[in-house]
Amino acid sequence: MNRSTIDLWVGLFVAMGLGALLFLALKVGNLASFSTSESYQVQAKFANIGGLKVRAPIKSAGVVVGRVSEIRFDNESYEALVVLNVDAKFQFPRDTSAKILTSGLLGEQYIGLEAGGDAKMLKTGDNMKLTQSAVVLENLISQFMFSKAQEGKESK
Amino acid sequence: MNGLLDALAKLGRSAIDRIWRLGFACRFFLYMFLHSGTAFRRFRLTIREIYFAGVLSLIIILVSGLFVGMVLGLQGYDTLQRYGSSEALGVLVALSLVRELGPVVAGLLFASRAGSAITAEIGLMKATEQISAMEMMAVDPISRVVAPRFWAGVLSMPLLAALFSAMGIFGGYLVGVQLIGVDEGAFWSQMQAAVDIREDVLNGVIKSVVFGVAVTWIAVFEGYDAPPTAEGVSGATTRTVVTSSLAILALDFVLTALMFTGGNAK
Repeated sequence: MNRSTIDLWVGLFVAMGLGALLFLALKVGNLASFSTSESYQVQAKFANIGGLKVRAPIKSAGVVVGRVSEIRFDNESYEALVVLNVDAKFQFPRDTSAKILTSGLLGEQYIGLEAGGDAKMLKTGDNMKLTQSAVVLENLISQFMFSKAQEGKESK
Repeated sequence: MNGLLDALAKLGRSAIDRIWRLGFACRFFLYMFLHSGTAFRRFRLTIREIYFAGVLSLIIILVSGLFVGMVLGLQGYDTLQRYGSSEALGVLVALSLVRELGPVVAGLLFASRAGSAITAEIGLMKATEQISAMEMMAVDPISRVVAPRFWAGVLSMPLLAALFSAMGIFGGYLVGVQLIGVDEGAFWSQMQAAVDIREDVLNGVIKSVVFGVAVTWIAVFEGYDAPPTAEGVSGATTRTVVTSSLAILALDFVLTALMFTGGNAK
């Protein structure tokens, strides 16, 4: 077996193809954020999650600290049960509150955490007590209309 | 009355013929799969075919990828800026290339550039009785001629599709960021936030592997099954391009339905 120019070209082709795959994985798909670092799971119940999706970011003070790992419907309390996967680097007090927020006017929904003052920290399996549901635009509008109508009656 | 019966008989015959060919194609595939040891033991044979199927398709794949990406950049910007979200251009270009256009357009180009060449080559080898000569010398033509071409196509196709997507994203970057002036940071960071490794990139690679198998299978089978005449080889080459293009588009629909609806239902 001796080397020939065809081998060179095929080698170049394969190297370029693998390079393109690597580019797609790293630069386009951002493998770096695909971290396998330690994390802990806490649960939170919401009356309405709006358009929250699995893998939506969890932010505290605007910084991403984890991702939503699971969304279920709890058939006993008729609420949505959201499992939050929080990076172990970030510890939060037990009385931390979770809100479903929207980035921008029509952007994607995420969970915002606001730290409380408890001395004990959240750990895997804990339940977050203080939650605030997503703002549903239709409810907001109907509330507004209702209060306007109410005002009109009073002023008469 | 007789004419009607004749037409009906003709229809039936052609239907039976199609099914017969399909069954033969499946048996052919299995035989080729089981006799592809030579393609790996004498890898030089496969390397030579990768050169013809993959390396020589590089130019057309790279240039068309660049242009497809540039058109996506222009068209995407035109639509997105109406909604004031031209920063999402990176997401649009990357997702449409990685999920759909990369595998599909690269597959179509591969079918017409490399698939037709494979069919014509094998068909001509058969017409000039080189295949029969090999059989006379107790060399199995399927493991010596067909299997290396098949595996070369299957190995080349994902690499070509990845190169097409990468080149397209580069083209979108050239037009969007360098020419029009979309913010470079937003272009890349929104793209990275939206494109998922498993959901998007890996599914695109799976698609391109499936297309590679389908196109090269059709190409080698049509070549092997071609009537050994000049007319037969030309007909087989045409059928390769038509059948594999249709197969790519149909398979793409099936794969997309399997891959991308499960995630949205959650």
